[in-house]
Amino acid sequence: MAEKLLLKDIAKVIRSKNAGPFEITLDIILKNKKDYEWLKNEKIVNKNLIAELYQLPVDKIIHFVYFDAANAIKITIPRPRPQGSVGEIDMHAAQQHVPLMNIEIKK
Amino acid sequence: MRKEEIRILTPTAMLGYGFPEKWFNKGLDMKPDVIAVDSGSTDSGPHKLGLGDMTCSKDAYQRDISKLLKAVNERKIPLFISSAGGAGTNEQVDIFLKIIKEISQKNGYHFNIAAVYSEVDKNYLKNKLKNNKIKPCGQVDELIEAEIDLSTKIVAQMGVEPYLKILEEKDNIDIIISGRTYDPVPIAALGIKNDFAPGLCWHLGKIMECGALCAEPAGKVIFGVLRKDHFYLVPLNPKNKCTESSVAAHTLYEKSHPYILHGPGGVTDLTETEFKQLDERTVKVKGSKFIPSNKYNVKLEGAKKVGFRSIFIAGMRDPIAIKNIDEIISYVKKEVEDNFDDIPKEDYKMIFHLYGKNGVMGENELEKDFNPLELGIILEVLAQEQELSEAICSRARTELLHAPYHGRIATAGNIALPFTPLEVNLGHVCSFNIYHLMEIDDPTSLFPIKYLEV
Repeated sequence: MAEKLLLKDIAKVIRSKNAGPFEITLDIILKNKKDYEWLKNEKIVNKNLIAELYQLPVDKIIHFVYFDAANAIKITIPRPRPQGSVGEIDMHAAQQHVPLMNIEIKK
Repeated sequence: MRKEEIRILTPTAMLGYGFPEKWFNKGLDMKPDVIAVDSGSTDSGPHKLGLGDMTCSKDAYQRDISKLLKAVNERKIPLFISSAGGAGTNEQVDIFLKIIKEISQKNGYHFNIAAVYSEVDKNYLKNKLKNNKIKPCGQVDELIEAEIDLSTKIVAQMGVEPYLKILEEKDNIDIIISGRTYDPVPIAALGIKNDFAPGLCWHLGKIMECGALCAEPAGKVIFGVLRKDHFYLVPLNPKNKCTESSVAAHTLYEKSHPYILHGPGGVTDLTETEFKQLDERTVKVKGSKFIPSNKYNVKLEGAKKVGFRSIFIAGMRDPIAIKNIDEIISYVKKEVEDNFDDIPKEDYKMIFHLYGKNGVMGENELEKDFNPLELGIILEVLAQEQELSEAICSRARTELLHAPYHGRIATAGNIALPFTPLEVNLGHVCSFNIYHLMEIDDPTSLFPIKYLEV
């Protein structure tokens, strides 16, 4: 049986960051064009999965965009709470990428 | 005479964070037409606008500005600094002017300076609101008049027009210091003034405003050259390389959408952008377009004070206590509420941050089925007065220390406290309450310009 393959194994970059005080943007950049095209065609990362991982309704996803020039997928979602105010847990939203790392892409 | 190219040197992504003089000087030797650096961001929180705090200390700004002024004086290269102080309030622009004045007097420099201000009058905003000229910028509520009043200070992000006005009115400006500014402006300004393709100017600005963050590994000092139908980028530190993929990837950074970038007066469209490796460390970019909008919108930013915060920091190691942490927290909350029953529950908040469990991801933590070895506990208390937040925090700490729970065998105390004072008052808590787009007719009149000599 082949080993499990996770998104972090084929990605060069998986990161999260504020895009302004009310949005979090998630970037996935693949190591090569081949993996990127495969991921894109198979729709392995998709809106439903993002909605599940970040526990929000699908229609709350602000952007889900493929960016061919960078072998990248960009997803922008609302911040769970306004930046830097009461109850903040991640000022720069720099550690909110982790659920993406373990997306299983092949069994 | 029409310029064939515009050469731009950017020393760092954020003025005040410091930059290596060695690579900066190497950049100066490459004969830039302008040194451009951004100083602002909403990224470190609303307290800058809410309280007037600056991103860096005055000392940090003095260090960086000293290096820049030396270059302006010796090499006669103009310097553009945007979003002074972090929030770009009028006061922060004036603090930058004061720093420049002090350094210049000490060193015998003489400069012609233009300062641009970006705070917006509240009555002006209320009028705009009445005329339906203000709408949310993304995921924020519709603006109401009360929020304008609650905001401490409100700034508008200027576009390139105030810079163009200065460059048209004066041909001997050494330094421009602007209040809140769309980040790419100081880098894009000379290109737009000289009729280079605005899409290229804005895209170059968008990349270079982060210094050499677009390189691999990320660096600080970067040099950009704008030409008729392309621009190219090269980092100054030879260890940093701009590659097709690093520059393309940077295009995504901190933005909502990868190839549609909204700014004052229009949209930068990168749908047809091409990245090409010129040599090992240099990347050429072409095809970026600018599409002017029918109406000119500027982004407004404002923050209000929402209360006072106190915290305590504690650790927990007892495995039986950790297993029962939810029960313990419920108990603590209930005891505190009973103790402060003269205060309505809505008037204060107690938020437990549990590091080791879900401190970083909060409600989005997917891993739930595990036993942490230790818990780091921070209680955040918010109340309308600092004394009250401290009193609640203190009460919650003693309740946490002695809370009963199922199976408890360590009866002397539930938490390990590392620091005194056991409670820490963190002062005001602020919140962004204005993040809206405002339609304006004239992109310069909102931003007064002051000329001065030092």
